[in-house]
Formats: sequence, structure tokens, C-alpha cells
Amino acid sequence: MSLHPDKIPLIHGFVDGELDAANVLAIEAHLKGCNDCRAELARIEELRGLLASTKLGDRASDRLREWVDAMIDRESGAASQPGPVAARLETPRRRRSGGGITAHVLNGRWASGALAGALAACLALTVAVPQLTRTDIQDQLIQSHIRSLLVGHVVDVETSNRHVVKPWFNGKVDFAPPVPELADEGFPLVGGRLDYVDDHEVAAIVYRRRLHTINLFVRPAKTLSLPIGGITTRHEGYSLVRWTADGLEFWAVSDLDLQELKLFHELYIARASP
Amino acid sequence: MTGGRFWPRLVRPTERPTEPRGNADKAERFRLVMLPHMDAAYSFVRYLTKDPVAAEDVVQEAFLRAYRSFDTWRGDAPKTWLFTIVRHCFLDIVQTQSGRGQARDIDGWTGSVPAELIERHSPESLLAEKNEAAMLRATIEQLPEPFRETLILRELEELSYKEIAAIARVPIGTVMSRLARARQMLAELLLPGASREARA
Repeated sequence: MSLHPDKIPLIHGFVDGELDAANVLAIEAHLKGCNDCRAELARIEELRGLLASTKLGDRASDRLREWVDAMIDRESGAASQPGPVAARLETPRRRRSGGGITAHVLNGRWASGALAGALAACLALTVAVPQLTRTDIQDQLIQSHIRSLLVGHVVDVETSNRHVVKPWFNGKVDFAPPVPELADEGFPLVGGRLDYVDDHEVAAIVYRRRLHTINLFVRPAKTLSLPIGGITTRHEGYSLVRWTADGLEFWAVSDLDLQELKLFHELYIARASP
Repeated sequence: MTGGRFWPRLVRPTERPTEPRGNADKAERFRLVMLPHMDAAYSFVRYLTKDPVAAEDVVQEAFLRAYRSFDTWRGDAPKTWLFTIVRHCFLDIVQTQSGRGQARDIDGWTGSVPAELIERHSPESLLAEKNEAAMLRATIEQLPEPFRETLILRELEELSYKEIAAIARVPIGTVMSRLARARQMLAELLLPGASREARA
């Protein structure tokens, strides 16, 4: 076993191209210095090569295709009549035995189970999707944060004067993010930047806390979203605070610890409101 | 048929457009969007059930359910949507089958590779197999759930971690650790010498 079990999932994520920039850099650095993990990487790649070179999939039989085809005809044609259950009985089926799945498919218990399952599937989709989307946005914001630091392109307009930053956004985005002065509380303003998140332009206002950079992303809140008072999360080593105010949605992203970022959030709220 | 009472009353009003015209469009769209994934769906279920006949049953039921709830599809990631239903059908069918218990172990499996598996699939005996593909498939079928499922979705269907997470309804971190474990087990079974080192 490798000496670094905690790194193993990351190596797999690396092989699958599923890591973000920060984790790729971290794991590459680790692999350089760790023979065991490099051997593990080679093993994973050998295994993947073996799997890729073998035909592992199956083709659905013609009979199955025909059945599905007939099912669609039946379902789409039989909107008013006859009942779908009656239609199911006509299906040609080859069975090894009379019992088993067929019996379950055709009896009442199965039907209610199927309904419950279909409902559960619908619920699963509606419940699971927004959550994934949120994580996705968090990923995007963190990557945007990292990128701004990596390429040294933190700000488009560099100034500690809020009266310069605020008008600069004017005409670049169709909303006016508040840019309060927080330097006296230890959060000097660095500047502003335009960024692109989730297919939309967002304003990024950049503050600093000691040596840490805070990217505050601002975009119009979705019309249907509920007011949010300040949800805090840690994600991949970064702190995020999210809130909405005056029809705008705010995401503060930083490698600061969560407490300090919450302090930033409170100060910002207090100073931003007139 | 006791089930006859359920279908028309509950399914029809919510999930069926009223006009025949809409039905034709829906059927055409469904054929266009979902049918191309039939082979993939069948392969996936085949690995879950380890039984071609049972796999066909699951796929039939899954496509029927998918068609009936096609209106709830939001227009993105059709394969993920379809596979979520397919997996549900599989679990439902297996759960209603008291005798077989194939997916009994689908969650919470954390142990190591059972010793008898390693015996049966030692590298020596593997080499003796004539058909490498059949051997490989049989070996994958030996993996316990949920690792087999995760491996198939990644290596065979080439879905992203996020899509796998959506289908299996687990966090992405769980997908990562399951996949790592699945590959580790498979490597122990397939790669000559690897298992000795790994366990040393």
C-alpha cells in the first residue's frame, strides 16, 4: 500500500482530469517527490489501459429494441385508450421461468413500486440538481479566485479609492455593486475586475486582509431566489460566504479562515447599506 | 391485474399530454434523445444484474418509466437522466425479489477483496483464460457493489464524477473514494505481482 492513502483519491481524480487547478498543482508537486504514489499512478494507468483496450460493453438485442419501439408507439398512440397494463400483456417475452421478474412486473405490488420509483426519480432530479449546480458555482468561483491570483490579474482597475472603483463598473455591468470603504477595519480595497462565471458577467471587487486576497463576486440575484443572510461554507480549502441584498447576490471567496471572512461579510453589509 | 387500477388513474393526468399531436412530438423527441443510449443502459444493467435476461427486463421497465416521465426531463444530460431511472428500476426489481439478494451489499461495503476471489482469479489462472475480454468482464462482475457500479459508470460509460454522483445520489467525494477502491481491487485481481506488493 502506498505511504499516502489520503492522496490516493486525488491521484485517481488527477488521472480522470477531475481536479481543479489548485489540486492538480498540489498533486503534481507531491508525485514528483513520492515514489510510492508515482508507482500507484502507473498502476492506475496500466489498469485503465487494460480496460480501454477491451470491449466491455454490450449491445441491446434486436428484440429489446423492437420492444421499446413498440412501447413508444403504444404509449404515444394510446392516449385515450386502451389501458397501458393491457398493452403490457401483449408484449412478446422469452422467459426461462414463469416467475421472477415477470411476475413482479405484472402484478399490483410492482405497479405501486414502479410509481413510487418514478416519483422518487422525479424528486431525486429536482432535489439533486440544484445542489449540484451550487457546488458547480462554488467550484467556478474558487477557480476564478485562484486564476486571478495565478496570472497576477487580480484587478482591472487598481485603486484603493472606492470612488474610482464604483464608477468603473458603470457601463461594464448593468448593476451597481456597492463598494464600501473598509480599510480602517483591516480590509483595504485593492480594486475591481470583470469576471465571467456561470455564463454571465460578474463584478469582482477585491479586498485584502493582511496577505490574503478576498474576491467578492457580485451578480444580479435570480428572480426566484430567496433572500440569503450569509451562508458560509468551506470548499476545497477555501472559505465562501454567500448572501443577497437589494437584488444582488454576493459571494466572498478567500483562503482566509471562515471567521475572518464572516467578519468581512458583516462589515461589508453594515457599510454598504446607506 | 390488480395493478390495472393504479396506472390509468395516477399516471395519466400528470404525465401525459392531452393532445395526440403532442404525443407524436414527444415520441419523436424521445426516440431521438433517449434511444441512442440503449446500448449503454443495457451494458450498465448487465453488469449490475450479471444476468442478460434480467437486464433486459430492467431496461424495458426503465424505458417505459422514462417515456412516461419524459415531460419532467429538463433538456440537459439525457444519459444521466436516463441512467438515474435505470438504476432505480434495477434497485426496485432487486429489492422486490426476496430470493436473490443480488444488490444486498450495494451500500456500505468497505472491506478488502475476499480471499477466495484472489484465489480464483490469480494471475496464473487468468492467463489460462482463452478469451481475455470474457475474463475481464467476469472479473469486473466479481467486484462488490457499490464499487462495480462506480467503475462501470466511469470506465465504460465515461461519465464525469459529477454525473456519477447524480446517478448514484452520493457526494462527489464518495464517488472518488469508491472509484479509487474499485480500481485498487481490480488492479489486485488483474495486474500480475501488484497484489503481492500492495499487501506486503
